[in-house]
Amino acid sequence: MVLFAVCLLPFLLLVLPLWQLFTTGYSPALTANPVEYITHDTGTWTIRFLLITLCITPLRKIFHEPKLTRYRRMLGLFAFFYVCLHFLTWFVLDKSFSFPDMWADVLKRRFITVGMLGFAMLIPLAVTSTAGWVRRLGFAKWQRLHRLIYFVALAGVIHYYWLVKSDVRLPLMYAAILAVLMFYRFYIWKQTPAKPAPAARSSAATTPNTASLPD
Amino acid sequence: MLIRKSPDLRESDITPKQLYVNRRRFLGGSLAFATLAATARAGMKLTDLRKTSYNAGDEKVTPLEAITHYNNFYEFGTDKGDPAENAKDFRTQPWTLKVEGEVAKPKMFDYDDLFKIAPLEDRIYRHRCVEAWSIVVPWAGFPLAALLKQVEPTSKAKYVAFETDYDPKQMPRARWAGISFPYVEGLRLDEAMHPLTFLAVGLYGETLPNQDGAPIRLVVPWKYGFKSAKSLVKIRLVGKQPPTTWNMAASNEYGFYSNVNPKVDHPRWSQAKERRLGELFKRDTLMFNGYTEVAGLYAGMDLRKNY
Repeated sequence: MVLFAVCLLPFLLLVLPLWQLFTTGYSPALTANPVEYITHDTGTWTIRFLLITLCITPLRKIFHEPKLTRYRRMLGLFAFFYVCLHFLTWFVLDKSFSFPDMWADVLKRRFITVGMLGFAMLIPLAVTSTAGWVRRLGFAKWQRLHRLIYFVALAGVIHYYWLVKSDVRLPLMYAAILAVLMFYRFYIWKQTPAKPAPAARSSAATTPNTASLPD
Repeated sequence: MLIRKSPDLRESDITPKQLYVNRRRFLGGSLAFATLAATARAGMKLTDLRKTSYNAGDEKVTPLEAITHYNNFYEFGTDKGDPAENAKDFRTQPWTLKVEGEVAKPKMFDYDDLFKIAPLEDRIYRHRCVEAWSIVVPWAGFPLAALLKQVEPTSKAKYVAFETDYDPKQMPRARWAGISFPYVEGLRLDEAMHPLTFLAVGLYGETLPNQDGAPIRLVVPWKYGFKSAKSLVKIRLVGKQPPTTWNMAASNEYGFYSNVNPKVDHPRWSQAKERRLGELFKRDTLMFNGYTEVAGLYAGMDLRKNY
């Protein structure tokens, strides 16, 4: 599908110059420090895909377009794809496959702690992203679990902000976008009249009905 | 008029602004002409460079492309590729370097003087950034000690303060950098007088590209790269430890000494290893970046406290 190819584009833009890097030893597209560039780029796309995924529900509501929900899973899984690349680049090329070195960093460097937390929270979301899991868990439980995405996005933004040396403009921009998306959800939740059963209230506030769930 | 009519130069070779600004200066010196015609990367060839024994051992010298396109020069933007892009029009002529303070003979140098302060020599140094990447750079210049001896520091001089040029008109991106300008740095007098401490006016045998700190910059190879202030306009001998920009920005992360030390981590990342640009895996960081001859300067000092 077209959207799939578009989502894959950032990955291809990293992989294709790798050929030039391996054959000539230098690829301007990847800068003089390709490992750092790839780590940074995959991290940025993780945050972007997380935020794009979080846009689906507001857009669906504003434009009354339930079909948008069909793309949400793919976008969320692409966020997971890029975070895996981000983690692997760091683990393999920065920590040289060393688990002790990795844990030392996770425990000592708070930006890595929060990054790992975000990654860890995204794993069950990726695993349970299928319709089969929705059935297995029941929609209400599945939906509560997938609210972790808000914390994943928050972890990502904090991870970025704590990493930067002095120019905090980009982390703050992503934080602002996240704040807007979360504020919209809060606003909708406040608007929704209270329902007797807690499960029903939460499902009405922020989620699509089961009929439009992707198969 | 010569520039406009010259068959060697096409419209596309020179930006109209440079043409306007430099037309009168062309009459002043061939140096200006060369700078005008050259790209931001290449400079004018430096002649009579003396070879030295500073060759960084067997280490591979980093290609010019990397040295000139991977820079931290926040006056021109905070991305690594920004200085190469945004420092193209930075005017290095006219230039004034003032050497003043606790000295018997303060001096002022203009652009041409910079290349005549002392005999120019080739030195290949390792350069280690605090961000844990490193390169090997073939500088051309002269020891800072040669300049300091000319101005004769008085007995009150205990430190040397350095100031980088700051021109908001030429450096509009500086306001977003998150650090204060002009960029300042400092050394203890004995560090400044050490034979390793270098004032570079060239790279790969040619004058410095703008993004690497043209026309003259400090190089202190046993310290993290941010101590090697670029595009110097002032060198001042002072009695008290001078403020330094990164220490002012985050005093718990960047100290006055900032000696390369694998045993003292940056609060947010380890300094035990570094990425040599061009290599796949990280390599171990060496104490004093391998320049152990400076160890004597810090005898008895706790380098964890004096980071």
